[in-house]
Amino acid sequence: MITPHLPVLEVALPLVSAPICLILRSANVAWWVAVAMTWAAFAGALMLLAQVLDAGPITYALGGWAAPWGIEYRIDLLSAFVLVTVTSIGSLAILFARASVAREIPADRIYLFYVMYLLSFTGLLGIAVTGDAFNLFVFLEITSLSAYVLISLGSDRRALTAAFRYLIMGTIGATFYIIGVGMMYMMTGTLNMADLAARLPGVLHLRTVDMALAFITVGLSLKLAVFPLHFWLPNAYTHAPSAVSVFLAATSTKIAAYALIRIIYTVFGGPAVFAPMPIDEMLLGFGMLSMIAASLVAIFQDNMKRLLAYSSISQIGYMVVGLSLGNVEGLAGSIVHIFNHAMMKALLFMAVGCVFYRVGSVRLADVAGFARRMPITGAALLVGGFSLIGTPLSIGFVTKWFLLEGALEKGWWPVAAVVILSGLLALVYVWRIVEAAYFRAPAPAVEGIREAPAIMLAPMLILAVVNIFFGVDGTLIGDLATAAAQALIGSGP
Amino acid sequence: MTGSETTLAAALAVPLIGAALIVAAGRRPNLRDGIGVATAAVLAAVVIVLVRDVLAGARPQLVLVEMLPNLTLAFSTEPLGVTFALVASVLWLITAIYAIGYMRAHHERHQTRFYAFFAISLGATMGVALSANVITLFTFYEALTLCTYPLVTHHGTDEAKRAGRVYFGILLGTSIGLQLPAIAAIYVLTGGLDFAPGGILAGHASPAAVAVLFVMFIFGIGKAALMPLHRWLPAAMVAPTPVSALLHAVAVVKAGVFAVLKVTVFVFGIDLLRTTMGSGWLIYVAGFTILAASTIALFQDNLKRRLAYSTISQLSYIVIGAAMFHPLALQGASLHIVAHAVAKITLFFAAGAILVASHKTCVSELDGIGRRMPWTMSAFAIGSLSMVGLPPTAGFVSKWFLLQGAVATGQVVVVAVLVAATLLNAAYFLPIVYAAFFRPLPEGAAVHGEAPLASVGALMLTSALTVAMFFFPELPLALARAFVAEGQ
Repeated sequence: MITPHLPVLEVALPLVSAPICLILRSANVAWWVAVAMTWAAFAGALMLLAQVLDAGPITYALGGWAAPWGIEYRIDLLSAFVLVTVTSIGSLAILFARASVAREIPADRIYLFYVMYLLSFTGLLGIAVTGDAFNLFVFLEITSLSAYVLISLGSDRRALTAAFRYLIMGTIGATFYIIGVGMMYMMTGTLNMADLAARLPGVLHLRTVDMALAFITVGLSLKLAVFPLHFWLPNAYTHAPSAVSVFLAATSTKIAAYALIRIIYTVFGGPAVFAPMPIDEMLLGFGMLSMIAASLVAIFQDNMKRLLAYSSISQIGYMVVGLSLGNVEGLAGSIVHIFNHAMMKALLFMAVGCVFYRVGSVRLADVAGFARRMPITGAALLVGGFSLIGTPLSIGFVTKWFLLEGALEKGWWPVAAVVILSGLLALVYVWRIVEAAYFRAPAPAVEGIREAPAIMLAPMLILAVVNIFFGVDGTLIGDLATAAAQALIGSGP
Repeated sequence: MTGSETTLAAALAVPLIGAALIVAAGRRPNLRDGIGVATAAVLAAVVIVLVRDVLAGARPQLVLVEMLPNLTLAFSTEPLGVTFALVASVLWLITAIYAIGYMRAHHERHQTRFYAFFAISLGATMGVALSANVITLFTFYEALTLCTYPLVTHHGTDEAKRAGRVYFGILLGTSIGLQLPAIAAIYVLTGGLDFAPGGILAGHASPAAVAVLFVMFIFGIGKAALMPLHRWLPAAMVAPTPVSALLHAVAVVKAGVFAVLKVTVFVFGIDLLRTTMGSGWLIYVAGFTILAASTIALFQDNLKRRLAYSTISQLSYIVIGAAMFHPLALQGASLHIVAHAVAKITLFFAAGAILVASHKTCVSELDGIGRRMPWTMSAFAIGSLSMVGLPPTAGFVSKWFLLQGAVATGQVVVVAVLVAATLLNAAYFLPIVYAAFFRPLPEGAAVHGEAPLASVGALMLTSALTVAMFFFPELPLALARAFVAEGQ
């Protein structure tokens, strides 16, 4: 009985529970509600994935209003894949958050954290399920607005300026997106993605449609933090509370990547649009620039969170490069990296969060030698680090293999060379952390510390296992991503 | 699973199980070291059974897991692989005994961690030796780098950290930077990565692509220590001596040259390479490495560094054997894997024994030490003869085949290089032996005896093997012949 309504429940439940938490004003109750909601959403996402695999894409007319008039939710393989990614991170990060926010956020504001967490979660899920271009904007704003609040909860006062900067840049990005959607509406008279996909090929030669795609691409690239539109990201991730860094780093840019894939491939018909409008070449260039430039900056960071933030920008480059290759392998690499990067970055930010919980700092000099006192956290950091580098048997290798295959299949060996080079740069910055963690003499603040509490270690260990498991046997995620990519590229004319 | 498939699985699993048991027994040193030796003994026995099966014609296979579609972690056996596995496992057994004497006498710290990573490294070595495709080889090649890193940086000093950076930087940099893209390219070109007799690339790639890919592979396999990618090997000498002996004279470096041979024969195919223009460069690079490393070795006063440069030079004997693309030369290369391993491990054992007994590390301090440590220095002399390539030692056997290959292919350059290298080897090894036995002890030299019995026994055993391979070369020769027959 519930099953047909799963798509809407997935979004509605966390949305409704957020104000309930706000009214109850109890951090403890809010946590339990958030745990229940995120895990229910995770279960729902798995069921939806099973349904999609079983019977193909699901459509759901919101409120019973049929598609062109009402809002349509449409869940295909890509949506379901992203839903599983987001909900798995959401349900693990909430476990991690309990001890972490208790340490980092004043007690009277903790319930607000959970309210905003649930709202942001709602927005992410909404973006993944919606089949309506305007509705996507609404959810994008829900998730972004709550993310600004989450970041500003950071104990450091610089969190406020970081959140403000993100707000300005994020709003510009959203505005660009909505301008683009407005132009599309002008030319086609619809906001439904399926209808847009049917009508746009006829008007692709019009300047207005080109401008629409340009505006949307730039807007989403801002949210995605593609170099050089990344300036909001490092400060936001650095000064946000640890649990927020975990959650946002693993989900918010990933969902923007999803939206970009959705617009380019589903709405604009994928490779067909690249001929009149060479956004693939531009995205490829900026993606490669992200991979290299951000890695180079990451090498020189002394703050672990900032280092990981720059690493994120570099990893976003992988997704952008993958989707701009325009073949199945490349797009599959991009899609699989949505999952992979979520898993590895959540793991790494959790490890750094554990260190901050005990040491009270994330600067390399202050935490030197921590791995001897916190062996589990140290090991988790190693696993995540190997994933970033992309060594075999780690999840990062799966992405790298897809991208290499995609690039070499087209004969674009310079792209393959950039992918390889970026992995080598990752080796350098990861190894800076590893050397500080294992080889430097223990810093004064590190003396006498213990492992982080079990509730922080447990989700971190689960993620570490995921990072290794899907690295050893990547067929499941690889096949899912390939099937999703084939569906997207096949959907074009 | 047939019997020999079970054996194959056991060869891969035993070191890992051993590592787990070593960690579990960490608080009881005697039990822990007992487990270490027992694990090595079991592995050696398993590999010997495997070698017997392979010589009898069995080719067990094992697919572990499918990483991605068409990309599997899989294992199989062929004569060269089991040769390498045999050398590594038998010498591990001897090293395990040696290490007990060394580590205790030298009061090393963190011994449990040391032995555990040692066992895992051997597991990775087995993975390299028994890999069925390029991606499995690459995976375990990388694993070997990663799990030897804690052994190289064992002492945790700044010097160890710096050495670790060089070690990691060169080995991971070359393998990720060159080897991995070459593998991906071969996958895209041929649609598969399985090793096959005669190679898989013929007919799939243009001659230019073959040439480029071959360069990427050869320099992507940094463990073969071809110049200019050799710097990691002297750097790795900061590790405790058993690590230098087994890993940096046998397992790690042989994994490099093994990979070179394997890729040359079973991915490219010697027929394809012989007909590809411009693949003769490898002879010159390897020849240069032989001569240059030997020359540098002449001027090293630190004994372990001298041995490291000698290893760099000797590894290129194997590479040059591969580079001639001729059956006889390949036999010589296969034999040299065995010959160099037994002789070089003897030399390292001796260097470690000298360090433990007399705390000396430099060649210039060894005057007259043969009187204090006659057994150790006799073994050292035998190892030196094998390095030079004189009878009655193993080094002569392999060099004989390499020379035959050079003559058969008309490679005058190779003949010249081998002759010059013989002279150079004599010039930097024999003076040590001379000084140890015939120079007087310096005034007021400390009185000391031999190293602990476990260590001396081990180095006597390896020196005996070095001589035995000259008189009874049947087994390595049979394996080498079978390898060459299989490769065509």
